Amino acid sequence: MPDFSLPAASRRSVLRGIGGAAVLGAGIPLLSACGSSGSSSDPKTVTVGSNQSDAVPKKAYASLYTAFGKQSGITVKVNTKDHNTFQEQINSYLQGTPDDVFNWFAGYRMQFFAAKKLASPIDDVWAKIGDNFPDAMKKLSKGEDGKYYFVPLNTYPWAVFYRKSVFTAKGYTVPTTWDELVALCKKMKSDGLVPIAFGDKDQWPAMGTFDQINFRLNGYDFHKSLMAGKEAWTDPKVKAVFDHWAELLPYHQEGFMGRTWQDAAQGVVSKKSGMYVLGSFVAQQFTNKADLDDLDFFAFPEINSAYGQDTVEAPTDGFMVSKSPKNHDGVVKLLEYLGTPAAEELYLKGDPSVVAASSKASTAAYSPLQKKAYDMIGAAKNLTQFMDRDSRPDFTSTVMQPGLQKFLQNPKGVDSLLSSIERQKKTIFASS
Amino acid sequence: MISETTTKSPEAEAVPPPGPAPENKRVPQGAKRLLTRRDRITLAFMAGVPTVLHVALVWVTALASIALAFTSWDGIGFDSIKWVGLDNFRQLFTDNPQFWPALEHNVVWFVVLILLPTPFGLFLAVQLDKNIRFSRVYQTAFFLPVVMSLAVTGFVWQLIYNPDTGLINSLIGANKPGHYIDWIGDPKLNLWAVLIAASWRHAGYMMILYLAGLKGVDPSLREASALDGANEWQTFKNVIFPTLRPTNTVVLVVTIIESLRAFDLVWVFNKGAQGTELLSILITNNIVGESSRIGYGSAIAVVLLVISLVVIIPYLIATFRKERRA
Repeated sequence: MPDFSLPAASRRSVLRGIGGAAVLGAGIPLLSACGSSGSSSDPKTVTVGSNQSDAVPKKAYASLYTAFGKQSGITVKVNTKDHNTFQEQINSYLQGTPDDVFNWFAGYRMQFFAAKKLASPIDDVWAKIGDNFPDAMKKLSKGEDGKYYFVPLNTYPWAVFYRKSVFTAKGYTVPTTWDELVALCKKMKSDGLVPIAFGDKDQWPAMGTFDQINFRLNGYDFHKSLMAGKEAWTDPKVKAVFDHWAELLPYHQEGFMGRTWQDAAQGVVSKKSGMYVLGSFVAQQFTNKADLDDLDFFAFPEINSAYGQDTVEAPTDGFMVSKSPKNHDGVVKLLEYLGTPAAEELYLKGDPSVVAASSKASTAAYSPLQKKAYDMIGAAKNLTQFMDRDSRPDFTSTVMQPGLQKFLQNPKGVDSLLSSIERQKKTIFASS
Repeated sequence: MISETTTKSPEAEAVPPPGPAPENKRVPQGAKRLLTRRDRITLAFMAGVPTVLHVALVWVTALASIALAFTSWDGIGFDSIKWVGLDNFRQLFTDNPQFWPALEHNVVWFVVLILLPTPFGLFLAVQLDKNIRFSRVYQTAFFLPVVMSLAVTGFVWQLIYNPDTGLINSLIGANKPGHYIDWIGDPKLNLWAVLIAASWRHAGYMMILYLAGLKGVDPSLREASALDGANEWQTFKNVIFPTLRPTNTVVLVVTIIESLRAFDLVWVFNKGAQGTELLSILITNNIVGESSRIGYGSAIAVVLLVISLVVIIPYLIATFRKERRA
């Protein structure tokens, strides 16, 4: 019971203790901030900042780094953060003392940091790995200045997913045009199915549907420049996208505003919903092997014959190099390794829900679903990323997400909605 | 015990042993100067460190965010800060479709909290104050939601309101096509749905505040009013409630603060989607994330600050006036 002995005696030592604690408290964050950067300057280590916090990809990435370590003798130190936290902190992370290499997305989101000089160009790496990738991937890896900033690793397509058994049981055929799609929806509805599964609680799934209709109707170039803020949202072409969408809305699953994509996918799993416009990660919800084998997809039907089905939305994940990596030679070696077909094959072994970005990687181990996804991406004339990867993230998150939800709630108010979007777009895109 | 520590710790040896004796020895010195040099340094340190922290973390940041409200900044490098004058506010008031709804929801939040859970909390407190059986159990049960993190509250209620598998829709059969009730997504419903969750928590909070107030009511007042023949309601209305005046002030301030800082519950519930926009969520959406609009977000924060000041300043003036009178 030493606390008994604390009358006037140790008052000062208590004070001193408090003062010391305050100093320590202030010092600890500074110290730890130094620690992470100081330790990595030796030539045998490369640090990687990872947003792959989910168990499956995390393990798959780890296997890549182990293999690289064995081959080159360079240790890869991975600093994994929660996926969303990583994205939210990316700005301050890249400005502070970032790791040498970090996980990121292709497209505008990559170009943004390249233009802000928060990433290093890696043309030297691409001189070696360039032959491993198709042209569409090369295009995705370049900054606005024409230099390479990105090494793609894997990708996956957005499409319309369905269960083969449901289609055969009811005698449905895969629709290839808009009219066929609408007719199929009608038929499903009369058969007691929910034609199109939908859940927009997380606010991003609606962007996927918009993308599909827009590049089918108006083509890749218009979509791309609309996303880049160069076209007016009040353009009749954009209005036409919403008119098409409104035609399809009555066939979407009700109550979508409060439903997550996972719950919506369960409707397809349980054969209550006929189709689902989503990325191939929908397969994660098919935990039963037999169900998974029954899952299939088709490209979003053609709307405008001038563009057919030439564009595929294929969000691509990969790596970038921070502004001043501590171990430049190690970084180049690591990225050269990550750009090889062998590295991609190894990754896919650990995470079979995606496909390789390289056209050289072996497809022997692919499931039929993966093979189909791979072929679809490989045959695409144009690849898009996703609305929030092809456009300014601040625009998509503060304007488009609530805007699209407003449309879904009230499809008749499109005109005033579009002029509101256009006004906000102008100020955001003008700001920097 | 004392001897044990004096022998064991070298620290204690340096300091004069406790008791009246050393006190006497120091008196002549202490008469001139109450504090030794070391005391003064320690005290300066103790006052200084919190002051520096307070100024740096409260004042500098608050003033910086006010200054940033008049700029456009993406958060990358200080040289990209651009002065834009009142543009942010102009856009906010005219172009932002979420701003006015958000402001309205903050007000609705306050009105609902003060009209429903607050009187209910008072009611619970009055009942529990009667020393009924199991009063402690009830207290704990009603107070439990307050102890829980708001994020957890939001998560739990979100499960209850889930359109497909949630408790409510499953019970009333509203999870079939054609009968859907979208508690979380429907902009006509979701604010009320989330307010039920907020009220559930707020009632417990108010109950504890009022219970503390009621414990302080002089029992002789009750006796006196009983002797005068007042019934229970008359006693409460004319005797007890007026004596709860200080508690009411605290309750009012707490409720205002709760409604201005409402965030976590809604964030977990549906991220402030249409129907549940709040100022705090707009700020977060604009500032947190990549290529953030820090200037614009700061402008919203300034609006929130001004509203808080409009509420708090009259309260502080009233309090100080009362203290001066007392």
